[in-house]
Amino acid sequence: MRIHEYQAKRLLAEYGIPLAPSRPATSDDEAGAAAEEIGLPVVVKAQIHAGGRGKAGGIAIARTGDDVRAAAKRILGAPLVTHQTGPEGRIVRTLLVEKAMGIASEFYLGFVVDRSRRQTVIMASRAGGVDIEETARENPGAILKEWVDPTIGLRTFQAFRLGHRLGLSGAPARGVAKIVRSLYRLFREMDCSLVEINPLGLTDDGEPIAIDAKLTFDDSGLFRHPEIRELRDLNEEDPLEVEATAVNLNYIKLDGNVGCLVNGAGLAMATMDLIQHVGARPANFLDVGGGATAEMIEKGFRILIADPDVEAVFINIFGGILRCDILAEGVVAAAKAVDIAVPVIVRLEGTNVEAGREILERSGLSFHTASDLRDAASKVAAAVTEGS
Amino acid sequence: MSVLVGEETRVLVQGITGNEGRFHTARMLEYGTLIVAGVTPGKGGQDVEGVPVFDIVAEGVQSTGANSSIIFVPPAFAADAILEAAEAGIELVVCLTEGIPVHDMIEVRRYLDEFGTRLIGPNTPGLISPGKCKLGVMAGYIHKPGPIGIVSRSGTLTYEVVHQLTELGIGQSTCVGIGGDPIVGLAFAELIPMFEADPETEGIVLIGEIGGSAEEEAAALIAERVSKPVVAFIAGRTAPPGRRMGHAGAIITGGSGTAEAKIAALRKAGVRVADSPAEIGSLMAEGLAA
Repeated sequence: MRIHEYQAKRLLAEYGIPLAPSRPATSDDEAGAAAEEIGLPVVVKAQIHAGGRGKAGGIAIARTGDDVRAAAKRILGAPLVTHQTGPEGRIVRTLLVEKAMGIASEFYLGFVVDRSRRQTVIMASRAGGVDIEETARENPGAILKEWVDPTIGLRTFQAFRLGHRLGLSGAPARGVAKIVRSLYRLFREMDCSLVEINPLGLTDDGEPIAIDAKLTFDDSGLFRHPEIRELRDLNEEDPLEVEATAVNLNYIKLDGNVGCLVNGAGLAMATMDLIQHVGARPANFLDVGGGATAEMIEKGFRILIADPDVEAVFINIFGGILRCDILAEGVVAAAKAVDIAVPVIVRLEGTNVEAGREILERSGLSFHTASDLRDAASKVAAAVTEGS
Repeated sequence: MSVLVGEETRVLVQGITGNEGRFHTARMLEYGTLIVAGVTPGKGGQDVEGVPVFDIVAEGVQSTGANSSIIFVPPAFAADAILEAAEAGIELVVCLTEGIPVHDMIEVRRYLDEFGTRLIGPNTPGLISPGKCKLGVMAGYIHKPGPIGIVSRSGTLTYEVVHQLTELGIGQSTCVGIGGDPIVGLAFAELIPMFEADPETEGIVLIGEIGGSAEEEAAALIAERVSKPVVAFIAGRTAPPGRRMGHAGAIITGGSGTAEAKIAALRKAGVRVADSPAEIGSLMAEGLAA
């Protein structure tokens, strides 16, 4: 789960991370009042769950109260299109008004789980503020790393060594070390999967501060942090995805034309790949899971066909725990309740497959049944070609 | 012979009195798995499907000689269940639980180094040696004893592959789901050498997916010391970066963990990589014939 910069900074403040004074605002008047309280000049920053805001015009420096209001008016309520949002962009509903600080240098600081080492890795770089992924690709040596052994945690010498390797000494080195230690504590205690401070600025006075902050939480750890769960912003999510989550379905909207409903994440991905392999494009990822009920299948099916881009539906179920007859009942119920204008290809295999096939046949609805994956693939291809 | 489990495997079920534990204990017993004990803290003294229930794992091990455990415990308690099994001397722990916090698993994995315990999962359907032992929730009847070892990060996609093989008349020696989480126990790189060493296994199917670098690590190892034919499929070629595709571990981050990179590494190691999931079985048949 992701949260906004202004929410992340509140959490950072609780962990004692130095920050420039800031206030969130949802109108131009609020932004103006926030700037007055903080003191000009300020930076007005669009709050969306995507990077690249600066280049897209979502961040403005304002030197007067009128500037602040003008920037707020321009940014609020309008879609912001960055390289991470997709062409439709995201509507900006909140701003962060933050005191503009004189910054002498910028660094990158990030905490993630290193899967192959099975440890937390702390990454730092002198190339802060720019596209860190590009730096990592083109000049991996510029990313400094420290790994944390979970049995002893992050040690003070490691945090200090990181500052030293960044070329710092004296008070700035001690300041960065303290930030690194506090952020590790936050990363671990709050069950984060990513903590990123980019940039970490060194002010003209030599004080390190977090200029931007990106926090992502491990969904599996959220049960321990109800207060974090409260910060979820449904406006940042696709409405169909929100609807699916509410009934425990795993749905991700994609930009293709074949909707698919599958049990199991791996088979769902493989089904998407199969669709592309035969020249069509998957419209979504939808995993109904192992314990799906007929009602969940029905809901999933409705979500699928609510997508206007869908020209055909492919249901691919390998019944293990999820029985084929349960699946078939759900599909038939959904198909009878809604008027389906697109072809539906069904491939069933596994537990109670005979009963499932019989339910589909007896329903009087025209499903295209496939005997195996190969057969299903060619039927999907045919359905999409006929439609176009 | 088979890998990790066999007819002699003595199983203890952690979380045996819960709905899932109870249901799958019955299914595993039906399959012929030797289940000797169950554990649920505070529920010792009962029995489930004729299996005696103990309060703590150590007691179950002592009374019954259990050497493997399977865990059906909710995410908040699963990390502890793994550790308790390890401390009680269990040699093989299979953890099915989905949704264990990743930081818990980092600590568990590190602590397991202190013991000889092998961990499968979490977030796995388990493993099966057809005809001998089922330590998981897969539908037993689709499997058939035979020469192919399967290692997979996915559940139902594995059933699909097993089905394709069985339909072609090719059975399986052992099928292992390594789990869909970012941090798991035994991964491809540990399991593939076991299949290479197993005289009953003649070919290996690797089913990977986007995210992490387990497939790349497997590729390096296969190039170096695997002589048996290996067929692979990597799910998620069409998955967009930055989105978690169901499994917590299936996510492309910062340009790493892509299907393309994994496929390239495996092909370079001489692995036959299927372009379509419909071809995995037939590619393995080709591999065996070659």
